[in-house]
Amino acid sequence: MSSRRIFARPARFAAIAPYVWMVLFFLVPFAFVLKISLSQTAIAQPPYEPVFDLTAGWDALKAAFAALSVDNFKLLVSDDIYVFAYVRSLTVALTATSLLLLIGYPIAYGMARLPQRWQAVAMVLVIVPFWTSFLIRIYAWINILQHDGLLNQVLLALHLVSQPVVWLSTDTAMYIGIVYSYLPFMILPLYATLAKMEPALEEAAADLGAPPWQVFWLVTFPLSLPGVGAGVLLCFIPIVGEFVIPDLLAGSNALMIGQTLWLEFFTNKDWPVASAAAIVLLVVLLVPLLLYERLQKRQLERGR
Amino acid sequence: MRKVSRLSRFNIASLALGLAFLYLPILILVLYSFNASRLVTVWGGWSLRWYHEFFNDRAMIEAAWMSLRVAVASATIATLLGTLAAVALSRGERFRGRTLFSGMLYAPLVMPEVITGLSLLLLFVALNAERGFWTVTIAHTTLTMCFVAVVVQSRLGSLDRSLEEAAMDLGCDPVRAFVAVTLPLIAPAIVAGWMLAFTLSLDDLVIASFTTGPGSATLPIRIYSEVRLGVKPEINAICTLVIALIAVVIVIASLASKLSSSQGESAAPL
Repeated sequence: MSSRRIFARPARFAAIAPYVWMVLFFLVPFAFVLKISLSQTAIAQPPYEPVFDLTAGWDALKAAFAALSVDNFKLLVSDDIYVFAYVRSLTVALTATSLLLLIGYPIAYGMARLPQRWQAVAMVLVIVPFWTSFLIRIYAWINILQHDGLLNQVLLALHLVSQPVVWLSTDTAMYIGIVYSYLPFMILPLYATLAKMEPALEEAAADLGAPPWQVFWLVTFPLSLPGVGAGVLLCFIPIVGEFVIPDLLAGSNALMIGQTLWLEFFTNKDWPVASAAAIVLLVVLLVPLLLYERLQKRQLERGR
Repeated sequence: MRKVSRLSRFNIASLALGLAFLYLPILILVLYSFNASRLVTVWGGWSLRWYHEFFNDRAMIEAAWMSLRVAVASATIATLLGTLAAVALSRGERFRGRTLFSGMLYAPLVMPEVITGLSLLLLFVALNAERGFWTVTIAHTTLTMCFVAVVVQSRLGSLDRSLEEAAMDLGCDPVRAFVAVTLPLIAPAIVAGWMLAFTLSLDDLVIASFTTGPGSATLPIRIYSEVRLGVKPEINAICTLVIALIAVVIVIASLASKLSSSQGESAAPL
């Protein structure tokens, strides 16, 4: 036991370098986002004011502080564009996460019921696409969904449609892209809980006369809830801020907040509004983020 | 006794459909990269013409080179920092600021990339740093070290700690015990962490777009601007090359982990 405590001291020193790094490049940048979200746009470099200048003396600093305002946040709340963007982001994330759960659950369930050595193979097969580039996977779907793409060719050849269907720049294409990209994130946590489950529990329920759907609904599903929670959060949170998929696959008439932020930043060069939008996005995601963090920590620290 | 059938027809069907859904689009993409026809949808026979086109595309090659350099540099720094973080979290017991530390490590895993990218850019602008290779590398390191930390930490958590304790009872100091006993055992996880960091960096579009400067686009940034203009066969060829590179990386990673795990078995049955 004492050797465990002796080991702990140098292990704590290991925290110093990553700690300093994360404070510098994760925590401090948020202070900048917060500060700039309270500033005004300016035609200057950098394109906002006031700029804190520590060398200018105390009075200049005080004046700079006084110039900060919450105008950008007022704009975000009052302008329909932003309100719609937040509402759309949440709706898209909610719909996509539900679809992911519906599609991912049967796959994870099938994996968990495979013979032991096939389970490892299936897991690798699910993980491998996650290693290939996000952008490439979206591009692959553009290939398939475009006007004279493979999907339309197949549909036409089977005489299911008489004219090519417009797939690109629709919400359908976007949902296909999101489900395709995030499916491994949903399957893996689900599989992890389903594989650990005691098969005897399901068998007992069946022995006592429960039909299969009841076995599933009353035994399997409730026991898999931790996995459902992890999978749902792991998908929902990044989808809310998603930029690439809606930008390439959905139409441009309804933007998600990630796209709005990007537009404000790169096209309109309005850094303060983009920063304010990021802060609001973070606040919206705070509850799911904290939930996810607690889940992760509990899982990792259970092994200790 | 009525047994619940272990593998129903429904299970098999959902598995098969799921895997087909995951793999078909990528297979189609690879297949069409060898298509001789300029029309993406018409099969014109086998050809390597789009690969030629890519190797003659200076801007693309430069972007690919930039991406590779960033990926190697950021993955290496991230593996170092991430492993240290994992060791501190799983062996450091309680220490001051531990909650903040683990919070900072888990948050970037799910944080929307637009926020991470924006906040880092604002920092770099405030510091008046010249944007390019190093700013993208720092940004990618910040993101990927969190993934490395999680991978290594879960391996450390599953290790039998009595091995370290035995080494120290036999007279090793903690650092020596770590290097001689723990490090070889977590080596596969460290290798896997590096590979993960490498591919994540190679893959990233959003954070790189925010943190890079003019004239130093990464490969995803170039691909993205081309894709916005429409489908081009050359992009299929580039994507296929990236997929091939990542496949090689995965194979090396799994071989390395197999090798070191079989060594680990002979040294200590785990």
